[in-house]
Amino acid sequence: MKILLITEQHEAQWNRVSFETLAAAQQIAEQTKGSISGVVIGKGVAALADELAGYQLEEVLLVEHDLLEKYTPDGFSAALRQVIEGAKPDLVLLPHTYQVRDFAPKLAASMQKGLIGDCIGYRHENGKLIFVRQMFQGRTAADVVFTGDAPWIVTFQASAFRADLVARNASGKAAVKPVAVELKPEQIRTKPLERFREAKQAVDLTQAPILVSVGRGIKAPENIAMAEKLAKLLGGEICASRPICDEGWLPMDRQIGSSGQTVAPKLYLALGISGAIQHVVGMKASRTIAAINKDQNAPIFEVADYGIVGDLFEIVPALIEALEQSK
Amino acid sequence: MKIGVCVKQVPAKDAPLAIAESGGWIRESDISFETNEPDAYALEEALRLKEKHGGEVVAVSMGPERAKQTIKEALAKGADRGIHVADGEFFKLDPLASARSLAAAMEKENFDLILTGLQSDDQGFGQTGVLLAELLGRPHATIIMAIEVLDGRMKLKRELEAGWFEWVEVPLPAVLTIQSGINKPRYATLKGIMAAKKKEIATVERASLGVPDAPTEKIERIYVPQKTKKTEFITGSPKEAAAKLLEKLRHEARAL
Repeated sequence: MKILLITEQHEAQWNRVSFETLAAAQQIAEQTKGSISGVVIGKGVAALADELAGYQLEEVLLVEHDLLEKYTPDGFSAALRQVIEGAKPDLVLLPHTYQVRDFAPKLAASMQKGLIGDCIGYRHENGKLIFVRQMFQGRTAADVVFTGDAPWIVTFQASAFRADLVARNASGKAAVKPVAVELKPEQIRTKPLERFREAKQAVDLTQAPILVSVGRGIKAPENIAMAEKLAKLLGGEICASRPICDEGWLPMDRQIGSSGQTVAPKLYLALGISGAIQHVVGMKASRTIAAINKDQNAPIFEVADYGIVGDLFEIVPALIEALEQSK
Repeated sequence: MKIGVCVKQVPAKDAPLAIAESGGWIRESDISFETNEPDAYALEEALRLKEKHGGEVVAVSMGPERAKQTIKEALAKGADRGIHVADGEFFKLDPLASARSLAAAMEKENFDLILTGLQSDDQGFGQTGVLLAELLGRPHATIIMAIEVLDGRMKLKRELEAGWFEWVEVPLPAVLTIQSGINKPRYATLKGIMAAKKKEIATVERASLGVPDAPTEKIERIYVPQKTKKTEFITGSPKEAAAKLLEKLRHEARAL
């Protein structure tokens, strides 16, 4: 199987998820006796192409153009379509980043192809690739297959594969081949302006040894205080899944997950968090995870070391009482 | 400003999901449905843009007969009319065929702006908005946290990863996918609910649109995911469970 791996960079800095997707590509290439062409796209990114060539793959395609200096969905889709039509891969792999989410469906549709996005794994069975992704916010998994002709376009969720398992090139370096693409300024309709961060984050959750995290199960803003009390007694910080911050019950800088902070504390105590993938990617590296949820099938229990199936409004006060007594 | 907003009906968040015998979908018969939460933010944004700039908001939903309820809720909140793209087996469509159908149903409306939620809480492919833009030949921007309408264009705040944002300028007409949390969706008022009864919902049979719907991909089966980690479940009364958990965290996991 011929695989085209499209990496992501910003201002000549890698998005490291690219290497997780490379690890996936290497695994699929090995199982299908295939080959990998890695794509580096942007402007002034030759050094990254050279670095990528040091990994186990057949070739690196360096796609540079003045109009690719800054990301735009129009520019990247048009350029990558030309690269795909030239390279004629069976499988196109991309990391499931915010940027890829912004252009990959467009790229696929411009070639009348489907895209299976946000995959957390795959299986190779009887010569066929089956992609696994979550549905219903992680409450079910789904096996999804392509039914049409190649190229098949797939994106892999962050932390679905391990970047540290990526193989280096055993025989020195792969060839770096520049690929010319044709782009005209009028093709690019959106204009990226400045990038910025909101006011400096008041709290660095990555440094907290213990985190008590609340999700939808907390039900109402007045119940946050109970969780805050528990966090204080444990010597930790309070944080939350996205919906809680969307509601304004806790500030956005307390949000854990793909759009918030990524943490790996000694203890992560999840209260009423179902465990959608967008949340789990931000906390699954925690050393110990304990979860309290009323639904025994909640996906949070897939990553939890300890679980209590029950009513957090009964269990949290009991935890508070026990901690107060042991002081 | 004429705004089309795509709203999807999905299983209620707390609905107990059972896998259908075919294995390819859930049993729909015994669960309740609700408006996809991310789409509620898109609808609210559309209503606010209309309040500020005038115009019309049209709520578009594809699905079986029950999907009309989601359109009615949008009308009760202030949308002016609805389009129901009817298909009893719409769950079988892949993202591209879904988007082609919606695009065909919306094309002649010539919307200045089309809004969708970021993704649906059921299949969660998160592709519809971007696909609509491509199919209708419009520019797009995704994961939007603020919209400023200028002369013939918009200045948009896009969310990026890890706390970063980006300003981007997009000409109208365009398609945007709205990030959850951009606003606080309103509730329907009693007056709104009464007014909605007089508002028009046009039904279009999806099959009559004549769009190619040969699937590019197929959900072979859905299932309860296998655990990657062995969870030790702690049982007992709340008091006992709390004491046991603290004991385990202190002495077994050494996390306290």
